[in-house]
Amino acid sequence: MRALKIVCLTLLLAAMPVAATASGAAAHLDKAPVNLQDMASLQRGAKLFTSRCLACHGAVSMRYNRLKDIGMSDEEIKKKLELPDDVKVGSTMQAAMDPNSAKLAYGVAPPDLSVISRSRSADWLYTYLRSFHTDKTRASGWNNTVFPNVGMPHVMADLQGELELKTENQGGHELKKLVLVNPGSLKPAEYDAAVADLTNYLVFMGEPAKMVRYQLGMVVLGFLLVLFVLLFTLKKELWKDIH
Amino acid sequence: MMNLATKLVGWIDQRFPLVSTVKAHVTEYYAPKNFNFWYFFGSLALLVLVIQIVSGIFLTMNYKPDALFAFASVEYIMRDVQWGWLLRYIHSTGASMFFVVIYLHMFRGLMYGSYRNPRELLWIVGMILYLALMAEAFMGYLLPWGQMSFWGAQVIINLFSSVPVIGPDLAILIRGDYVVSDITLNRFFALHVIAIPLVLVLIVVAHLVALHHVGSNNPDGVEIKKYKDANGNPLDGIPFHPYYTVKDGVGAVGFLIVFCAVLFFAPDMGGYFLEYNNFVPANPMKTPEHIAPVWYFTPYYAILRAVPPMFGSQFPGVVAMGVATVIFFFLPWLDRGKVKSIRYRGPIYKAFLALFVVSFVGLGWLGLMPATPTYTVISRVLAVIYFAFFLLMPWYTKVDKCKPEPDRVTFK
Repeated sequence: MRALKIVCLTLLLAAMPVAATASGAAAHLDKAPVNLQDMASLQRGAKLFTSRCLACHGAVSMRYNRLKDIGMSDEEIKKKLELPDDVKVGSTMQAAMDPNSAKLAYGVAPPDLSVISRSRSADWLYTYLRSFHTDKTRASGWNNTVFPNVGMPHVMADLQGELELKTENQGGHELKKLVLVNPGSLKPAEYDAAVADLTNYLVFMGEPAKMVRYQLGMVVLGFLLVLFVLLFTLKKELWKDIH
Repeated sequence: MMNLATKLVGWIDQRFPLVSTVKAHVTEYYAPKNFNFWYFFGSLALLVLVIQIVSGIFLTMNYKPDALFAFASVEYIMRDVQWGWLLRYIHSTGASMFFVVIYLHMFRGLMYGSYRNPRELLWIVGMILYLALMAEAFMGYLLPWGQMSFWGAQVIINLFSSVPVIGPDLAILIRGDYVVSDITLNRFFALHVIAIPLVLVLIVVAHLVALHHVGSNNPDGVEIKKYKDANGNPLDGIPFHPYYTVKDGVGAVGFLIVFCAVLFFAPDMGGYFLEYNNFVPANPMKTPEHIAPVWYFTPYYAILRAVPPMFGSQFPGVVAMGVATVIFFFLPWLDRGKVKSIRYRGPIYKAFLALFVVSFVGLGWLGLMPATPTYTVISRVLAVIYFAFFLLMPWYTKVDKCKPEPDRVTFK
């Protein structure tokens, strides 16, 4: 009986940690340094997002004034993010380019980014945004090692510079490597930090209530634990006469 | 004040059997005193049902069953509706936890022979509940209108089109269209929020009425009604209230701790409770490379895939999957054992039950994985074990060497 219980529990536990994402790409992903409590990083990410991504992508579930959650006032949102006069802080984030023209330009309509961090994962985004390289065979002139033949060009090439995919021969093994051939305005470490900020922001935008969820969760669990102890004591007392 | 309350109860009682109902089902319902851990899951299932209905009502107030707006309305709930994210996560966590609880509840029945005479109908009513729950979960999963919602529904409904002769028409009847579409979404919404919940609640009442009529089984599998005291109450029984209301209360809070740990700290449960691909809006033009149903359906999905197509039709696999769910109905008549509880069963039954657990969990895991040749072979072996547990039961329960049952329940 006990053995059976142990077998069941072990099997259940063993089944849990299998990765549920089997979404193709076998590319190695770097760990994204996500920190949702780092307001400065989130704000820098928001700035990058609105200035670089929103040109083509929308984030139609996200309202500008939700950025209050990362410490920005209405005034700051308007000024720092340079909102056009006709865009209110209560509006959702719409792409500047209309989807049809974008589709004509890039061959595919740019996906909405509201919950991109939840479908793609932070690590994927962090690696993807650092893996663009020049490719003359592509119409845009760009390709990506994480997302082969992606329609999107490298919109932060001025920051990162130009990378080339070079094949090195290391002891009989062919090793493909991204090499910086034409530096941008940021040093590689600075560019990584900027992408980390952007990824951080995308994770925040994927679920703005996440930090609230954690905080409330602690309170609820604390309450339930106390209630459990009280009820358990009551049960012990009540049942002591049952033999 | 006291007098007034007594008078009120008296007034009601003349017009409605209030006192006798409360007595029959709560204060004077005698349950065996030796319930163990496994006996929490019945009351927990009821708790989850209430959680799902209440959170579902509030979600319905904000959700839009429209192919154009459904996905966005879920994100609207997550962001713009006050406590909307909490409602949505309660409901999504509740869906998975419902199956966790029901599977453990059913496993309890297997272990202690709770389906045996005189509880055959109780078991059958429970199995109807299980099937209704599967339909409820399947239709609910379409509503967020993500890629997995859409393609999962597409794959499952297409299974019906493999039924000979009427198949294609049947699939169209279910979808209301040639592909899963806005029409399908609307009818699934109607079925999910009203039709099936009504059925569920009614059958839950029937399940409880049947239970209280025959009395609960217990871990020893012996009837407590055999030995009664001078008042006609079972010697080994104790009133449900206060003993089990309080004990189940402890169980409920213990369960809520696990529930809330998932809800607040890992609501997507690593992609099992909320699949990552379901955060991509449904796109009928783009088939995901890997379609897996949510974890609670994967054992059956693995059985479906394990059966090779015959005569160019998937139908045999569909039949196997159907039989795998329906075969539970026949348990009361497949089991020929002299004793009910695993405590007094012989080694053969224990071995078969352990193998069954291995096959169920194994198939569940395989159903999540892409079908590689190796996995298909393993699925086939496990599917054979799954069916052997049921089909060989009349034989192995009969030849198994049981230990003598005690006369009365054991209680430490």
